[in-house]
Amino acid sequence: MTNTLKDLTLKVWRQDGPNTSGSFETHTIEEISDEASFLEMIDILNERLIEDGKEAIVFDHDCREGICGTCSLMINGQAHGPERGTATCQLHMRKFSSGDTIVIEPWRASAFPIIRDLMVDRSSFDRIVESGGYITAATGGAPDANLIPVPKPVSDAAMDAAQCIGCGACVAACPNGAANLFTAAKITHLNLLPQGQAERYSRAEDMVETMDSYFGSCTNHGECEAACPKEISIDVIALMNADYRKAKVQNRKQLSRT
Amino acid sequence: MSSILDSKTPEGPLADKWQNFKANEKLVNPANKRKFKVIVVGTGLAGASAAATLAELGYQVDAFTFHDSPRRAHSIAAQGGINAAKNYRGDGDSVHRLFYDTIKGGDFRSRESNVHRLAEVSVNIIDQMVAQGVPFAREYGGMLDNRSFGGAQVSRTFYARGQTGQQLLLGAYQQLARQIGQGGVRLFNRSELVDVVVIEGRAAGIVVRDLMTGELSSHSAHAVVLATGGYGNAFFLSTNAMACNVTAAWRAHKRGAFFANPCYTQIHPTCIPQSDDFQSKLTLMSESLRNDGRVWVPKVAGDNREPHLIPEDERDYYLERLYPSFGNLAPRDISSRAAKRAVDAGQGVGPKQNGVYLDFGEAVGRLGRDTVAERYGNLFDMYERITGENPYDVPMRIYPASHYTMGGLWVDYELMTTIPGLYAAGEANFSDHGANRLGASALMQGLSDGYFVLPYTISNYLSEWLNKSVPDTSHPEFAKVENEARDRYNRFASVGGTRSPDWFHRELGKIIWDYCGMERTEAGLEKALGEIPALYEEFKKDLRVTGGTDGLNQTLEKAGRVEDFFELGMLMCRDALDRKESCGGHFRAEYQTAEGEALRDDDNFAHVAAWENTGDPMEPNRHVEDLVYEEVHFQTRSYK
Repeated sequence: MTNTLKDLTLKVWRQDGPNTSGSFETHTIEEISDEASFLEMIDILNERLIEDGKEAIVFDHDCREGICGTCSLMINGQAHGPERGTATCQLHMRKFSSGDTIVIEPWRASAFPIIRDLMVDRSSFDRIVESGGYITAATGGAPDANLIPVPKPVSDAAMDAAQCIGCGACVAACPNGAANLFTAAKITHLNLLPQGQAERYSRAEDMVETMDSYFGSCTNHGECEAACPKEISIDVIALMNADYRKAKVQNRKQLSRT
Repeated sequence: MSSILDSKTPEGPLADKWQNFKANEKLVNPANKRKFKVIVVGTGLAGASAAATLAELGYQVDAFTFHDSPRRAHSIAAQGGINAAKNYRGDGDSVHRLFYDTIKGGDFRSRESNVHRLAEVSVNIIDQMVAQGVPFAREYGGMLDNRSFGGAQVSRTFYARGQTGQQLLLGAYQQLARQIGQGGVRLFNRSELVDVVVIEGRAAGIVVRDLMTGELSSHSAHAVVLATGGYGNAFFLSTNAMACNVTAAWRAHKRGAFFANPCYTQIHPTCIPQSDDFQSKLTLMSESLRNDGRVWVPKVAGDNREPHLIPEDERDYYLERLYPSFGNLAPRDISSRAAKRAVDAGQGVGPKQNGVYLDFGEAVGRLGRDTVAERYGNLFDMYERITGENPYDVPMRIYPASHYTMGGLWVDYELMTTIPGLYAAGEANFSDHGANRLGASALMQGLSDGYFVLPYTISNYLSEWLNKSVPDTSHPEFAKVENEARDRYNRFASVGGTRSPDWFHRELGKIIWDYCGMERTEAGLEKALGEIPALYEEFKKDLRVTGGTDGLNQTLEKAGRVEDFFELGMLMCRDALDRKESCGGHFRAEYQTAEGEALRDDDNFAHVAAWENTGDPMEPNRHVEDLVYEEVHFQTRSYK
């Protein structure tokens, strides 16, 4: 059943550019249906701002189905807000109450510079994937798909990791701004599968080291798992660490240098 | 009638055409490939796979996306699966059957040769994606699993839970990322195409706007590929992502590319009904749910009891009743219209009586909750997040919504538009789905175009340009087009009216949905052709874009996209008005059988309508490409 929320106070982060300082701007939402999504509430606010001749709040969003990973809001200090396993775009106002004050901020991490208002630059994630987050299989010449049987438990575990939407909530939630959950999810997806074995150790080494060049280090807080809209388990980080350690021996690069 | 459209269909029997093409096409030798630059716009399934494959072959590739990362393209949201004629079930599938199902599903309005090629390469797609590590669903023995989809009587759909599009897109994105990392592809992210540059009759490049800085820049190439998706957001409310738009295809159209069959739009039967006026989009619930969910409405109009209080004999399982051999898996257009008829008859359910039930009660009883959760768990969770209702206990409520567009830029067999050197791939072209697309065929077509078709056909064109010079961005035409784009954005920013671009988009969408949606009539379309230009005039006078043209301005971006939807909306209605028959997703109320099914007119309309821009959006020129069927025979599509 539809209910109406009344008198919400929004404190929204506004910042003109990466090199300027920002501040909170306060807006009041007098009435909103609890059927509205959180982003629809911002749409309505933006319509009002435009009518008043002001600039709309800049925020990233696209599919609004929780799958593209574009949306990225810190809501009351929680990445993607209060509902577990849910991206901001799937969060609905029924999770809030009349009279609430809601603080809306961008992801805060040094590897994700703020572009404007609530929009950040997450291209460091792409750099990690470019360094090894793939299986080298050029188009054409692939063998019949059923030639490589993949046990169902392995396939399911790979899929659990592969669900990552690349939103960056794990980084935003981490006190160190580490990207271990993101990187490990991709490494685990590919390293569990038989097709991924040939590049297993070079992948682990290259991706971890690219990650380290942008992001902070993991100290096992576990905040990333709690914030992940796909509820990816931090077990993947253990698998990544195991493969990375093996890679350092297997690849022998480090040993020959020292 | 004009015959200036040459489909360039290869000679020979249908099953040999693609082989014949490959045997006779002109190639570019590996050392020469690096002399050619190809621009790929869009990084969804078609764009990412084309860019990655062309770079693997050795071409210089510049890829453009308006997203922050190629991984965000809307292909990612496809849920159910991807078809392929693998016949792993041994249930009678074959290339020919997939071909035939697709032609029939498209209501005999697609090009035979393209569809056959699609069915042929479907098997390669699955092999390729598995080699890349896409975690498709498996059986306990380790072999690939399949499910069924609408419009087919075999089980040929491969899937990765309810996130098949995500896994396939990430596969293609990873191939693209590998090329970016190795320098084979230069990626321009957060860059939106604002125009296509045509010099001496051939595509010479594009002008893009950097969405972060507002700067316009020119890019030249030997060939340009548009893989920029469909135009379903013309309806405002649709299952498309918020930023999906027609601008790239429309700008190409205005520069001379013909736009084919714009009235062929797919209304997907299983979306969550609209809850309120402020709603920004509609959410699809995968068609795969119809494998186990049963669609019903109360037999008596206005029956507003809770669903569990309505006894079996007072429910109308109308799809099972009307289409016994396909039942709940009747194709999309047919299921959508049946839902509309039920709601129009007052049998709708939910607070606004604007939906029908999709009930899993029987499936939970038969399979157990765990099996149902394994198959559809993520979809059920998504439904609950949006509606606050738990579909294990309460039937889902669904209603049709705009989902996919079969129409698009006209392309020949080689996927080239009517502008030489300009290609269109994936949903952006019109070629494979006729008047209605079958479920799990969009992913198949996007990847087919990008991985297995374009990389072959493009060399046929490029080989002609070996060691010949093509205009670069110093050509005055680039500066001219850039200036036109600059003037356009300045115009939006300086109207100084009172309404936001979103307001106009919403109003426009209502007109198109009411008169050019699931059911069209001559009077309605005439009315829309009066209302759309009137609203467009208002847009020109009363638009308000706050912020300037320099730098990031999402309101300004939106204004450009909405303006293109205005002109497209006129063409959709014009096309729907001139197609005096019903076929697939185009249902004209005047042309129906006694049972209310689509009534085709094969004598007069077995053709593609390809529209040429004349500069006046209300007066386009209609050209036709006759559809010649060598292999299949017209028949009335029946799923009874």
